[in-house]
Amino acid sequence: MNGTRAVVLGAGILGAACARELALAGLEVTVLDRGGAAAATTAHGEGNILLSDKGPGAELELARLSRRLWPEVLARVADRSAAGARAARAAEWDAKGGIVVATTRPGAEALTAFAAAQRGAGVRADALTGRELLSAEPFVTPDHTAAFHYPEDAQVQPAGAAAALLADALAAGATLRTGWEVLSGIVRRGRLAGVRTVRGEVMADVFVNAAGPWAGTLSARLGAPIGVSPRRGDVLVTTPLPPTVFHKVYDADYVGAVGSSEEELQTSAVVESTRAGSVLIGSSRRRAGFDDRLRPEALSAVAAKALRLFPSLAGVPVMRAYGGFRPYVPDHLPVIGADPRLPGLWHAGGHEGAGIGLSVGTGRLLRELVLGEPTALDATPFRVDRPAVLGDPEESRPATTGRQKEGA
Amino acid sequence: MSAARHVAVIGAGPAGLSAAHAALAAGARVTLVDSAEQPGGQYHRMLPAAYAAEHPERLHHDWPAFERRRRRVLAHPRCTWMPDSAVWMLEPPAPEPAGPPRVHLLCGGPADGSGRARRTLDADAVVLAVGAHDRVLPFPGWDLPGVFTAGAAQALAKGERVVVGDRVVVAGTGPFLLPVAASLLEAGSRVLEVLEAAGPATLARGWGRRPWELVPHTGKAGELAGYVALLARHRVRYRLGRTVVEARGEGRVEEVVTARLRPDWSVVPGSARTVPVDAVCVGHGFSPQLELPLAAGCVLRGEVAGGPPGAFVRVDDDQRTSVPGVFAAGEITGIAGAPAARAEGAVAGWAAAGGDPAARPLRALRRSRDAGRAFAERLARAHPVGAAWSGWLRAETVVCRCEGTDYGALCAAVTDRAGSAARVTKLTTRAGLGPCQGRVCGPTVAELTARLAGAPPDGEPHEGLPPAGPHRRPVAQPIRLGELAAPSAPTDERESSHE
Ligand SMILES: Cc1cc2nc3c(=O)[nH]c(=O)nc-3n(C[C@H](O)[C@H](O)[C@H](O)COP(=O)(O)OP(=O)(O)OC[C@H]3O[C@@H](n4cnc5c(N)ncnc54)[C@H](O)[C@@H]3O)c2cc1C
Ligand SMILES: Cc1cc2nc3c(=O)[nH]c(=O)nc-3n(C[C@H](O)[C@H](O)[C@H](O)COP(=O)(O)OP(=O)(O)OC[C@H]3O[C@@H](n4cnc5c(N)ncnc54)[C@H](O)[C@@H]3O)c2cc1C
Repeated sequence: MNGTRAVVLGAGILGAACARELALAGLEVTVLDRGGAAAATTAHGEGNILLSDKGPGAELELARLSRRLWPEVLARVADRSAAGARAARAAEWDAKGGIVVATTRPGAEALTAFAAAQRGAGVRADALTGRELLSAEPFVTPDHTAAFHYPEDAQVQPAGAAAALLADALAAGATLRTGWEVLSGIVRRGRLAGVRTVRGEVMADVFVNAAGPWAGTLSARLGAPIGVSPRRGDVLVTTPLPPTVFHKVYDADYVGAVGSSEEELQTSAVVESTRAGSVLIGSSRRRAGFDDRLRPEALSAVAAKALRLFPSLAGVPVMRAYGGFRPYVPDHLPVIGADPRLPGLWHAGGHEGAGIGLSVGTGRLLRELVLGEPTALDATPFRVDRPAVLGDPEESRPATTGRQKEGA
Repeated sequence: MSAARHVAVIGAGPAGLSAAHAALAAGARVTLVDSAEQPGGQYHRMLPAAYAAEHPERLHHDWPAFERRRRRVLAHPRCTWMPDSAVWMLEPPAPEPAGPPRVHLLCGGPADGSGRARRTLDADAVVLAVGAHDRVLPFPGWDLPGVFTAGAAQALAKGERVVVGDRVVVAGTGPFLLPVAASLLEAGSRVLEVLEAAGPATLARGWGRRPWELVPHTGKAGELAGYVALLARHRVRYRLGRTVVEARGEGRVEEVVTARLRPDWSVVPGSARTVPVDAVCVGHGFSPQLELPLAAGCVLRGEVAGGPPGAFVRVDDDQRTSVPGVFAAGEITGIAGAPAARAEGAVAGWAAAGGDPAARPLRALRRSRDAGRAFAERLARAHPVGAAWSGWLRAETVVCRCEGTDYGALCAAVTDRAGSAARVTKLTTRAGLGPCQGRVCGPTVAELTARLAGAPPDGEPHEGLPPAGPHRRPVAQPIRLGELAAPSAPTDERESSHE
């Protein structure tokens, strides 16, 4: 593919992962972003890399591929140079494992069944006795009805991870241009041949739409709209504490949860501590466009959920809250592949609350699709040409369950 | 008065108290909120005991007026006074149409108490009067024990009568250094010298040719003269164009290095001098507390030309901000001392209450407010923070004390192509992410990153994602998880006390 020019539109973690794969494959890669690199959604979420929240299906397969790739990719980034080693360290990879806790009888039943199905699909999910749970998480609520340990769950510091992937892409020859907003497409003989930006035109053979929650807007500017829209989430950060939470701990409420209106506020709590000692608590889900207001009642609901898991955190101060916009597709599956309506245009996005974790697998898959290589897994469930992406979103409600968390 | 306008005043310092007073006079119903137990703000909080002894004349001049206003406001039947009530968040109604935010409060105790109740407050107009805190620039050794911010040293000296040291150097910029030195002396510390970083030329240019035209309006002349006399009596040297560029010591400060500064605050080679000390107090101006104005959506105004970095809330002639129904007064609009804050508060309170814009007393208030503004401008021009101060820093100098981030780490992060966006450097260096949430280091880190990066690295802000700024703290005060999880109730006026 020497001489093939690829332009990645968006320098979030998905753009970074795709740029890296394409650059390593020898393409001449340019990454354009209207803002700073890794500064949008990627710097406004959390960094959970979870298998535990995904039921058997296409997304779980992508998650497993990504989980395998993460340590390999970071090791390769680190091996490249001293700067690479620094960048990889800043990703703060931590394979700390996840623990899912049910607090009701029905919750316990649903969780047990869900874990069994996951085990069938190759995920490690170990039931914990009450005693095992308390030794793993001494401060967790005594009112638990079931708990499972997922040793494969991990975390990164998302902006650091994205910067590490991007730095590696740059080291492999890619070019980064920040402050370049893409305004429209240049179509020649039915093919996307270039983009117009605020700073001039950029021509290429391959364009990858990696514009996160703005992927819908950007694709419309290019003349091939896809159904990606924002879904707001808010995260609470406490002051630093002595070690209190040792894994990613979250409630099992989401398991089997179906059908509640997507516009409504939904909350669940993933409780985890960061390297600096703060506890991060995420998060809410709300469809409210790009409304940047933090809503006290949404934060309150998240706090209440967290206290149900860790009642002893009641006296811990929250010192910060922030929020971002998940790139949302109504059927909760990412969009990865060529746009059948506009040759030259590819999409890599719509990962909602799991884009950090799924980024490296997505980058790999996209490269394989672009180069026409055999793919590491079946990519058809992620194809652009599906009702949730191209059609009426109302007719494309989720077909699967157990995909209500993110990684939050 | 059934349909009286309801004005919420946040902050009961000189500006807020005076806003409440004026709003009541204009016929409004007022809810006055402060996180402190008593009204008075930064200025009056420490006055009574400490000043009573040494300065009866000032006491009689200033304190009774404050006392009278305090009593009148708090006892007014249309006033609800909410002490121990911290505003932890402002919730704007919607991006469009803009209007005064819903005020979210934590009521009933100091921040470290437990079980404060969440309340909400909806008013027709909101006056923000939350003040400023003193700013300190980093320098090698500034994190040693024995190095105080000037404000903290003054609070210790005045409030608790603590002797901070027996060989003290006071350094920084601004007239505020003088009362600090005075308080230290009164509490029994020995002050060796007061170092004003601004040189004589800068001071003269800033204050202009006829500074006395301004001074009487703000009631500052006598005060400053008094301090100068006090320093002279104690044989404290007052030097211009010199500052502390390093503190050294084993486990605590034992000596400081002072140096002569050029107007841009670069060090004059060969001018360094070592002074043995046991304490040093530094202050480099004030940072307005902008988190609530930003949360309300208020537009800030740019820096005063040549003035200190950081912006203030933009207000019009009636102290209106850019958000309908939101007013600002006091040090969040400019730094000019307590009398100016009072004048601004009065104008804001009157306007927020919908008072007659042609009312006679308003004219005098406006005049004294305008004098305060002019004073603020001259103050900023006479005491600019020189851009070359970062030359004092070494790679291992800590810039964010909460997280221990040093200058070298900041330089490395900013110059890394892939990770140089402000939001990303913040996450990777952790500067500003600690318990103080950048209240101390925020403006400093923002200034350093902007300078290191050259151009603004972030381009256009993202839709829905506010630009990373040193003052953006939507959670304006820490709130315990238990307090947050509990439901909130509308403020019930009958429950609150009329002192
Ligand atoms: C609260 C919250 C918690 C989360 N927690 C997790 C978690 O624990 N684990 C997990 O895996 N995921 C999590 N996520 C999801 C994850 O953050 C996202 O899926 C991921 O960051 C999306 O990355 P992206 O690269 O697609 O988008 P972005 O990071 O938004 O990048 C898109 C880029 O495109 C650029 N762009 C947009 N329009 C244009 C244009 N016209 N021209 C040029 N550039 C343009 C933007 O400037 C932006 O930089 C969370 C999200 C939120 C909001
Ligand atoms: C240590 C020190 C010494 C000073 N000495 C002098 C002097 O000698 N002479 C002089 O003229 N000036 C002096 N000043 C300046 C003077 O104090 C100020 O000009 C004046 O206090 C400003 O008034 P203000 O009302 O704007 O703010 P402040 O007096 O700061 O009042 C703000 C009030 O808002 C409250 N508040 C803030 N945030 C919240 C929140 N989120 N929720 C609820 N309440 C909140 C605070 O508790 C405070 O009571 C000094 C300042 C300091 C810091």
